[in-house]
Amino acid sequence: MTSRIDLCFINGYAPSWAGRVAEESARVLGRPVVSVDLEMDLPRYYSADRGQYNATLILAGLLRFRSDPHSKIVGITRVDLFIPVLTFVFGQAQLDGPGSLVSTHRLRNEYYGLPKDHERLVDRTIKEVVHEVGHSFGLVHCQDYNCVMHAATYVEDVDLKSASFCPSCESLLQENGMRPRATA
Amino acid sequence: MKNGKKILIVDDELSVRNSLREWFLEDGFAVETAEDGNAALQRMHSGPYDIVIIDLKMPGMDGITLERRIREIDKDAAIIILTAFASVETAVEALKLGAFDYITKPVDPDELSNTVRNALKQRHLEAENLRLKAKVSELTLASPIIGDSSRMRRVLDLISTVAGTDANVVIRGESGTGKELVARAIHSQSERRFFPIVAVNCGSIPETLLESELFGHEKGSFTGAQYRRKGKIELAHGGTLFLDEIGDIPTKMQVDLLRVLETRRFHRLGGNQEITSDFRLVCATNRDLEALIEDGGFREDLYYRINVFVIDLPPLRDRPEDIPALTGHFIEKYARAMGKPVKDVSPAAEGLLASYAWPGNVRELENAVERAMVIGREASVEPDDLPLPLARTGTEPEGSSLAALERRHIERVLREEKGNITRAAAALGIDRGTLYNKLRRYGIERL
Ligand SMILES: Nc1ncnc2c1ncn2[C@@H]1O[C@H](COP(=O)(O)OP(=O)(O)OP(=O)(O)O)[C@@H](O)[C@H]1O
Ligand SMILES: [Mg+2]
Ligand SMILES: [Zn+2]
Ligand SMILES: [Zn+2]
Repeated sequence: MTSRIDLCFINGYAPSWAGRVAEESARVLGRPVVSVDLEMDLPRYYSADRGQYNATLILAGLLRFRSDPHSKIVGITRVDLFIPVLTFVFGQAQLDGPGSLVSTHRLRNEYYGLPKDHERLVDRTIKEVVHEVGHSFGLVHCQDYNCVMHAATYVEDVDLKSASFCPSCESLLQENGMRPRATA
Repeated sequence: MKNGKKILIVDDELSVRNSLREWFLEDGFAVETAEDGNAALQRMHSGPYDIVIIDLKMPGMDGITLERRIREIDKDAAIIILTAFASVETAVEALKLGAFDYITKPVDPDELSNTVRNALKQRHLEAENLRLKAKVSELTLASPIIGDSSRMRRVLDLISTVAGTDANVVIRGESGTGKELVARAIHSQSERRFFPIVAVNCGSIPETLLESELFGHEKGSFTGAQYRRKGKIELAHGGTLFLDEIGDIPTKMQVDLLRVLETRRFHRLGGNQEITSDFRLVCATNRDLEALIEDGGFREDLYYRINVFVIDLPPLRDRPEDIPALTGHFIEKYARAMGKPVKDVSPAAEGLLASYAWPGNVRELENAVERAMVIGREASVEPDDLPLPLARTGTEPEGSSLAALERRHIERVLREEKGNITRAAAALGIDRGTLYNKLRRYGIERL
């Protein structure tokens, strides 16, 4: 069975390109991706110490909104994310689990003091969404620098890779995606 | 693919253990965690571990003691110490005891992954793996260079000769002749193909941004720079740096670039950490660099440094015998992309393609074919599908040099596109930077 993916734009984040991200990631993932609006209590996950939001906690909260036990859920937010040991994350996923989360905060050129670049932002967001969903289908980082599963610690790394899977990640994705799994 | 490496994380804080575990799982590690020194020592028996990450400050056994005890059990594990800012001095002590490195919480993702990568490298575990894996993309990436004319065969020979060396290369040719394609071919035939080729178009990036694009910058190095940025030179490490339109690089930056080429070392803007990058340089230009040197627009010392090997790409009008094969190649390419059947080219259309001067070279031909594939209703490509400003027939009123022809063609297209540069460039099959250059060169007024 092909699982559906809910792409949830969090708390009124409704960029004009939401549909494009859904469409493109559906194409790469070979699964339906539906874009939806989602309200959640984000302030709960804010850390005053860090001035950022805790990705792990948001992700846990996000899971409650899953539409059915077979679907995957991806949250998209504008806020800056961290996990306790790291200064920031672009996104976070549960390896081989139902949920993942992407922040566009550091995908914007303006964040780096560069002129706004709309196309770049859309392109980067697509890659991050596909990457995190890849993790939730059990894929780990890939050494192939052109593969979307290549690890990115800088936004420039995101630009360098493509939005698609290399042949070996692609076949793993097929295998893992088809395997019916018991849900927690 | 799992990377087959094992990591043990020792920290008393659950949230730290969990987030590190997630991070390393995504990286393909087998991960174990322990909440204190005793639990860690017990886990050591289910080792060996490639890497052990130890929090310095834990209740009970502290990190330093644990490090010493682990060393007694396993001499080889790479130990990385986690510390808060306050305890950096103790971390130094840990290094003396043989820890590989220490990281301060919270750590930058890039620093964490570099530290781990270096630790693994030290254990000689990585190189082989990387090479095997990257082979895959190499096969899927390289696009063919079409052309059986003697001049193109010579180019193909040069590519394979130079690919085997680490020499700097300059590719010269008019716009659309395939300079970038050749640069990528050199990279994908070289030993460096397992690493990225990183392209920078020096002509299309404003001068103020080009510097940061090439060298990267540190947080706060200029207004608005909220975060560190990796430059293209750094990203090209291990691979190939492709500087397109090298003739457009401002003279001040030429000095900086020359220094990097001599030392392979540089600093990010506003940074004092020295960064090393091992790359091969390939440059492309459609400008006459020698003439630029005469005018003082290009440094001679830089020229000699980059110009070790030269590949000249002939304009398409000088190799018309390549036109049929290129046309066929693009027909197949777009038929596949559009899910349409492959077409023939009617003799009349073929004649038209052969007699046109192609100021935009192969790119213009490619765009013409793409358009024909979109609009064509017949089973083969017909003259009507090709919007070419008909051939070199008759005498042109104001001189029929190629330049004059090109100038008139550009003016016409610009008029048709109502002065819209982006659309005019697309119709001409050149990029916007190239069009701007030509407008300047011919003194054409924008509408
Ligand atoms: N010999 C060739 N075989 C197949 N495709 C080619 C060939 N030469 C050029 N092309 C195609 O034509 C297009 C233009 O080529 P490319 O971008 O490499 O030109 P360029 O010289 O870098 O142009 P510019 O100076 O405008 O940047 C590309 O789509 C490229 O794939
Ligand atoms: Mg080019
Ligand atoms: Zn990842
Ligand atoms: Zn891959």
